[in-house]
Amino acid sequence: MPVVTFSIDGEQYSATEGENILEIARDHKIHIPTLCFLDGLSTLGACRLCLVEIEGTPKLFPACTTKPTEGMVIRTNTDRLKKYRKMIVEMLASEGNHQCAVCIVNGHCELQDLAYEVGLDHVRFPYLYPDKSLDATHKDFVMDRNRCVLCTRCVRVCHEVEAAHVWDIAGRGINCEIIADMNQPWGTSPSCTSCGKCVRVCPTGALFEKGAAVGEMHKERGFVKFIVNARKKREWVRVAPEDE
Amino acid sequence: MPTTITISPVTRIEGHAKITIQLDENGDVMDARFHVNEFRGFEKFTEGRLLWEMPGITSRICGICPASHLVTSAKAGDDILAVEIPETAEKLRRLLTLAQWLQSHALSFFHLSSPDFLLGFDSDPATRNIFGLIAADAEFAKRGVRLRKFGQEIIEMLGGRRIHTPWTVPGGVREPLDPAKKNHMLQWIPEAKETVLLALATLKKIHVKYAKDIPEFGNFRTLFVGLVSKDGGLEYYDGVLRIKDGNDNTIADQIDPKQYAEHFGEAVEPWSYLKFPYYKPFDYPRGMYRVGPLARVNICDYIETPLAEAERKIFKTLNGTVNVVNNSFYYHYARCIEMLFAVEKIEMLLNDPILLGNNVRSLASINRSEGVGCTEAPRGILFHHYHVNKDGVIQKANLLIATAQNNIAMNRTVRQIAAHFIDGKMGKITEGILNRVEAGIRCYDPCLSCSTHALGQMPLHIELIDAKGEILDEVRR
Repeated sequence: MPVVTFSIDGEQYSATEGENILEIARDHKIHIPTLCFLDGLSTLGACRLCLVEIEGTPKLFPACTTKPTEGMVIRTNTDRLKKYRKMIVEMLASEGNHQCAVCIVNGHCELQDLAYEVGLDHVRFPYLYPDKSLDATHKDFVMDRNRCVLCTRCVRVCHEVEAAHVWDIAGRGINCEIIADMNQPWGTSPSCTSCGKCVRVCPTGALFEKGAAVGEMHKERGFVKFIVNARKKREWVRVAPEDE
Repeated sequence: MPTTITISPVTRIEGHAKITIQLDENGDVMDARFHVNEFRGFEKFTEGRLLWEMPGITSRICGICPASHLVTSAKAGDDILAVEIPETAEKLRRLLTLAQWLQSHALSFFHLSSPDFLLGFDSDPATRNIFGLIAADAEFAKRGVRLRKFGQEIIEMLGGRRIHTPWTVPGGVREPLDPAKKNHMLQWIPEAKETVLLALATLKKIHVKYAKDIPEFGNFRTLFVGLVSKDGGLEYYDGVLRIKDGNDNTIADQIDPKQYAEHFGEAVEPWSYLKFPYYKPFDYPRGMYRVGPLARVNICDYIETPLAEAERKIFKTLNGTVNVVNNSFYYHYARCIEMLFAVEKIEMLLNDPILLGNNVRSLASINRSEGVGCTEAPRGILFHHYHVNKDGVIQKANLLIATAQNNIAMNRTVRQIAAHFIDGKMGKITEGILNRVEAGIRCYDPCLSCSTHALGQMPLHIELIDAKGEILDEVRR
């Protein structure tokens, strides 16, 4: 298989053609923040947090969907990237109703972790306080659209791993939201198998187990990689949560 | 010329409020009001949230007594789940409630009210606060701070954090108690007991020192409302409602707290965000009642711990032959008795082996569409009443907060103190007199918001305004 050579943050690396920048960076312990990406699911490039700079073009590229070419010069942590990443998290915070203090995943939330990582000490944009719905009709799980960041991990895991395809996105632009089946209460969905994969991959408190109280919902997300590996490679290797 | 005096903000209370005193043409007090000028809206914005989130959300109502809201909300949740919680969980919740009492009462007595007592009502307002107290009697202030710390440490050891722990949940509590933590808590008991006894001794000297002022500090008959245990003892977590009047007649007894709405109504006045609850059979405003330490010590037949029971017996003699104390100044005394009870009872609970049980949470789904939780918060009886749909989503929430239930009485207290100390012939109204009006409010230790106040650092602003709205005189602290 052809090999390409390129640089990331001034260091020379080589990789098999076809691997994306994010995978390569992670293999070499180079940290690039992500939100919509989850190991085991298809890549989407939706959240734009993994944007990187590539010399020779003013455009920014999502690391999760961009493959390096021979001689490419990639930068992952410039001031411009830091500024944009912070702005993205600020906009996510202002577009939903994110109240960490009373949230089910307080202390175990990827959005909260990102906010700390990018140094989000306040939000410059006016909060929109959208009037979003909470769907508690499922017997075990709850979908709170107020906390959804539209990463579509739930949509992808349901379609790609469970193959039930309960979730979809409806609406346009800022009015987009996740819906079950034909935009019906989750509890009435005939396609949902109640497997709970969507709940476990959700990065925020938008999907959670019924009965959980503030900060009580822990999510281990490595199971997706485990299932996908098992299915494709017939390997049953458990990933420790700290290595996720 | 009619004049209005405004005291804004009222200092050394928890929350934001002002007092207005209206004087007539002779300069005598026509009316005085306690206005609460902050609005929270928890009853409205919790609609649409899940039952299991409610303890976490409603504990944010207050930074002083979050544990009281937490426990009361969880009890409303127990009612909706229709579960009996494990015995260990109940004992642990009781421990949390008493720790809440202790830290809140210590704050009220040592941090907020002692500066008036020890430095004097007329002392310099710049130093009439906890810092002035530290300068005047460092040991006394330090003991008060440490007593509060004891209460907070219990809360932290049980729930993982001092303020806004989400540890209590519908069905019980999250985690059992670690035996090592129990032993640590026990080590505090001798010091805590000593400090409360010191507070009581100090307060008794104050009773002598201010013997002339005290009779005017909200001295009137009202109803007293609170929880008692089934056999009439002082109660803080469960029990039944008892209502007594100012002549020691029992108006109602053995009422299930879940029936509260049949007995209490809430009136609204256009000049305050704080509602005016009243006893329905007596109508508004005649149905005025008081809750909190004064009410609790008044209505109970006994206290189960020996030192507190001995003090209760002395307390009961304060009003001569009448077995009920009607003077709001003695809220402080009742509060100290309750601190003593809390320390003694915490010791009893910690020595109970059931406290270390591992079964602490009953699991269930929604089994009722409505539930009421009721406990005695530091400032008085507290109700959380929720309606949910079949999925556990809140449709309606009603929160009846202790401070609100004292609202009519607080207004009457302000009026009584103002009328006694201010008259047309005295000329300039001194800051010390206005501080007495504020101190009348502090007797009730009102908690108007979710955080402590600036502990006396906030400026007191008084304006004398004539009928045309012109400022005649202005005093700033």
